[in-house]
Amino acid sequence: MIEIRGLRKTYRSRKQSVNAVDNVDLTVGEGEVYGVLGQSGAGKSTLLRCVNMLERPDTGTVAVDGVELTALGGKRLRIARHGIGMIHQHFALLSSRTVAGNVAFALEVTGAPRAERRARVAELLELVGLSGRADAYPSQLSGGQKQRVGIARALAARPKVLLSDEATSALDPETTDSILRLLLDLNRRLGLTILLITHEMTVVKRICTSAAVMRDGKFVESGRVADLLRRDSELARDLFPLDGPSSVDGSAVLDVTVSGDDADKPLLAEVARRFDTDVRILAGHVETLAATRAGRWRIAVPTAASEDAADFLRKSGAQVGVAS
Amino acid sequence: MTWDEVFELLAVGFQETAWMVGVSALLTAVGGLLVGVLLVLTDSGGLLAARPVNAVLGLIVNVGRSLPFIILLVAIIPFTRAVVGTTIGTDAAIVPLTVGAIPFFARIVEAALREVPADVVAASVAMGATRRQIVGKVLLREALPALIAGLTITVIAIIGYSAMAGTVGGGGLGDLAIRYGYQRFETEVMIATVVALVVFVQLVQMVGDVLVRRLSHR
Repeated sequence: MIEIRGLRKTYRSRKQSVNAVDNVDLTVGEGEVYGVLGQSGAGKSTLLRCVNMLERPDTGTVAVDGVELTALGGKRLRIARHGIGMIHQHFALLSSRTVAGNVAFALEVTGAPRAERRARVAELLELVGLSGRADAYPSQLSGGQKQRVGIARALAARPKVLLSDEATSALDPETTDSILRLLLDLNRRLGLTILLITHEMTVVKRICTSAAVMRDGKFVESGRVADLLRRDSELARDLFPLDGPSSVDGSAVLDVTVSGDDADKPLLAEVARRFDTDVRILAGHVETLAATRAGRWRIAVPTAASEDAADFLRKSGAQVGVAS
Repeated sequence: MTWDEVFELLAVGFQETAWMVGVSALLTAVGGLLVGVLLVLTDSGGLLAARPVNAVLGLIVNVGRSLPFIILLVAIIPFTRAVVGTTIGTDAAIVPLTVGAIPFFARIVEAALREVPADVVAASVAMGATRRQIVGKVLLREALPALIAGLTITVIAIIGYSAMAGTVGGGGLGDLAIRYGYQRFETEVMIATVVALVVFVQLVQMVGDVLVRRLSHR
């Protein structure tokens, strides 16, 4: 649904030039929720703005739903943009218009007739759960409600793709949760493809089927979340930070990552039974992610049995590393 | 001079001032809006980015802003004659008043439009809005309360300028205050004029404030 090839964007000032996006390739399949994770300044915002040409890439191509946007300009680009919704960290609503007016604006832009606009606005507000607040002004809404308006507006022209620019970063954890649930629901019900950027782990955990870690304008790693967890990935370490002790006298300390069905198997008990040894859990998580179950533990196994234990865990599908 | 005579003078003066200020304010609103919008659009990173146009426009506005009104009034006499055919009277005063106020209001418009958050404009671009839609439905509409507040300030400044127009036979309240109040020591006229000006300014400010309050939903 989104195809990015060899994308570069450099900002030059008199003194220095910054490679905001440095040769990034990205493919987002239809119906996927793809998260780009990175610190501020990593270039993820520039990357996202290059997808709908808010920023023109220096080199590389961007295609959305088979249309190469990098080759378009003027009217054709504007029409292509109707098929790409976008939501923003600070909501970017028109303060002079009501909730209904804000959603209607997106339809005015596409040239929809008045009667159709009215019906569609009601339908969209229903979809995001704001039917009762059609006549309120944005200043009278909470942050979560504002973002719901933003989502309704982004979906007005029935786009296939939604771009999310830190959409939950200005919200409290509970509101973040409800917005993420809404996005996931829209993804499933409408088959909406979502590309989002965030610095929050929760967002990736809750809704992303695929993810990339971005640093200094480059993708450090990328792929399906379930696959990344099966490797010794930065994403796994970031999603499940282990803060237990990294050395225990007489024992080997191992970091074990499991995903999919393996996360719910009694693997550690099996190790204890099979090798007649103690297994101590020093730190650990087991959680339900958007697309998979996953867990990560830091365990201490007496040195005598540690080699066997590690082999067994690897054979059972776990990713095992020595704690450091 | 009796109070009846004073009121008669005052009525004429007030009418002249209202006419001068009204027409100049209208022309200034249109002209200043146009120049202000162009200043924002042609700025680098704007929707019609054009550095040279922006620089020239900015320079013209600054020249207009740096001339004291009394000097501008005299300096553009040939232009005034070309436009209205005379350099004396209320109609003639409208020309320098407008020329003087447009750069002033244009800068206010520019500042008001820049207050519209960049992400709101970016969101409109991302939706596929045309430049015309963005200027009309986003920039001007979002800045409307600030524009009305700015226009109020501008109208009050024009009332102030209009007193100076009296010196070239422009008429109005200011003219009255100088000719009768100052040159002929008619204290009653002076006091009446001052009161009339205060009331006039007060009214304009009140109307402006009410409009801003009605329109603002921030």
